[in-house]
Amino acid sequence: MLFTENVLVALAGLKANIMRSLLTMLGIIIGIASVIAIMTVGNSITSIVNSTMQDLGANNLEMGVMQKSRDNKASDSGENYGSGYVREMTDNDLITEDMLEAFKAEFPDDIKYILKFENVGDKGKVTEGSKSANVQIIGYNKDNFEFKDKKILAGRGFLNRDYEQAKKVCIVTDKLVERIYDGDVNKALGQEIEVNVGGIYYSYYIVGVYEYVQEQFSFGVSDNPTTELIIPYETARIANHNQNKGDYYFTLVTSVNTNNDEFATKVRDYFNINYYSRNDAYEVMVVSMTSMMNQMNTMIGAIQLALSVIAGISLVVGGIGVMNIMLVSITERTKEIGTRKALGATNGSIRLQFITESVVICLIGGIIGIVLGVVLGTVAVKLMGYEAAVSIQSIIIAVGFSMAIGIFFGYYPANKAAKLNPIDALRYE
Amino acid sequence: MEDNIMLDLRDIHKSFFIGTPNEFEVLHGLNFTVKKGEFVSIVGQSGSGKSTLMNIIGALDRPTAGEYTLDGIDIEKAKDHELSALRNKKIGFVFQTYNLIARTNALKNVELPMMYAGMGRAERTERAKMLLEEVDMTDRMHHNPDELSGGQKQRVAIARAMANDPAIILADEPTGALDSATGRMIMDIFHKLHEEQGKTIVLITHSPELSQETERIITLKDGNIIGEAAGNWNRATKEVE
Repeated sequence: MLFTENVLVALAGLKANIMRSLLTMLGIIIGIASVIAIMTVGNSITSIVNSTMQDLGANNLEMGVMQKSRDNKASDSGENYGSGYVREMTDNDLITEDMLEAFKAEFPDDIKYILKFENVGDKGKVTEGSKSANVQIIGYNKDNFEFKDKKILAGRGFLNRDYEQAKKVCIVTDKLVERIYDGDVNKALGQEIEVNVGGIYYSYYIVGVYEYVQEQFSFGVSDNPTTELIIPYETARIANHNQNKGDYYFTLVTSVNTNNDEFATKVRDYFNINYYSRNDAYEVMVVSMTSMMNQMNTMIGAIQLALSVIAGISLVVGGIGVMNIMLVSITERTKEIGTRKALGATNGSIRLQFITESVVICLIGGIIGIVLGVVLGTVAVKLMGYEAAVSIQSIIIAVGFSMAIGIFFGYYPANKAAKLNPIDALRYE
Repeated sequence: MEDNIMLDLRDIHKSFFIGTPNEFEVLHGLNFTVKKGEFVSIVGQSGSGKSTLMNIIGALDRPTAGEYTLDGIDIEKAKDHELSALRNKKIGFVFQTYNLIARTNALKNVELPMMYAGMGRAERTERAKMLLEEVDMTDRMHHNPDELSGGQKQRVAIARAMANDPAIILADEPTGALDSATGRMIMDIFHKLHEEQGKTIVLITHSPELSQETERIITLKDGNIIGEAAGNWNRATKEVE
């Protein structure tokens, strides 16, 4: 009852001094708006990064042969990578297929797939008369092809002999079929396709067509996107004249029940103890996606927090502005305070009246700030080409925070008003 | 103490700047009583101490020494919040400068003391309307003070003073800022409240003519009561002689 009355009095006061009220609120508006905008951008980036990494495979471990760090201490995240060049990598430093087989046999429950891939050159182009399609030739090993689980629309996937004998076969997207063969898969199957990669021509027989799925975070939609033309891994190695005995980079897909952080250490130790203890220059490093993701999130969170704190300073400045205007208002209304006291207002009700007024100022400023911040943040994220993720949590915090500022910076002036001697206040001119 | 005594002041002293070299005494031991239903005026020139006395009677200030009882309540023993409640329920203030709350319409101004008394919204609005009707301000009740004339403001102020049906109305130069015709109208309202509702009224004024309209005149000079006299008004004729 008294509360509603106080709010109404506060609103009437704000309305009577609109310019002054707006200027007072400005600090709060700017402060809250910047915090909300920063939170919105930060949250959006975090969710984008996370979902990208999720797509890359949150259950994955990235494993690679890297130069030993100078202090001979293997690092989880590989940040010591490249701290000193010793010698070039040789066949003896690579991980061979036999080593992988043994490794798989050692941890049959944890390892689902060991992914290998090899690109053949950069972007290539398939031309057929006036029709053309952009492709990237990429070799997948059997594990990788199974893991990617492409939806075969026509024809078949790769057979064991395709891999073993490095057959010159390929699987293309329906997008390519649409562009080159007018969408007629029967016309495409069995055809020999020629790809021009920077002037070098590669040709493969089409054995299958799979469904093209647009990448989630590509900018815009092109009618001639670069699609993957998949060939067997061995075929890609031959195309690249890659005669190394092994490889130096793999992605491990682990089973759902595997604790990736622990397993990363196990894998690293397994290879380094069995194969690399005597290696003078190279060792194996393993990074789990989860730990990378956590690191990334921590980093974004820290940046976000730092920026918010800086923005928060303007909130404090805004709060001081509110306190200042409250002191002015109380001086102006000394006589009113005296009258209210003569009419029976207790110190408590005077204090409540002015705290309410200060909270109302901050709350209105806060709400304007939230609206502004959400708009700014959303626009910023949209300009970066992503979907904005406004966090309800930060809005609730902002509302609470602006109320707290109102109470904190309103208390001193309100208390001063409450303690006014009624006679002095009445006599005030 | 007699039951029909409203105000009882005994040996009231009031000093300012106590404990400093500037200490001085404004009231030098005043004694007087006001009966229930009495219309009394306190007259004095400026500097006579009448404002200080009014503050003490209105429980806005405490005497330095002496005993003051208002409607049976010992002011000296009351705590600050009890004084607030006392001012709220027992005293109706009417000021020379009206002291209406700005940006708050007449109706809300009249409701204010009832709000502080904790009365419900509907009840206090109804009572405020009734009080405004008594001072003939019904048609202006939704106007803010800056849209009202001096006489209208003072009428609203009187309605506000009556809000919690106080034991005493304390009017400090209520006509001081008004022209004589409007002042006459305000005085008539006080007479009406006195006669019809039997209100106890203490009128503080510097004007001897105005004081003649009351039942009893207490004259104050330099912090002392220098005389008490009957006024020209009396209940029987209801007229100023």
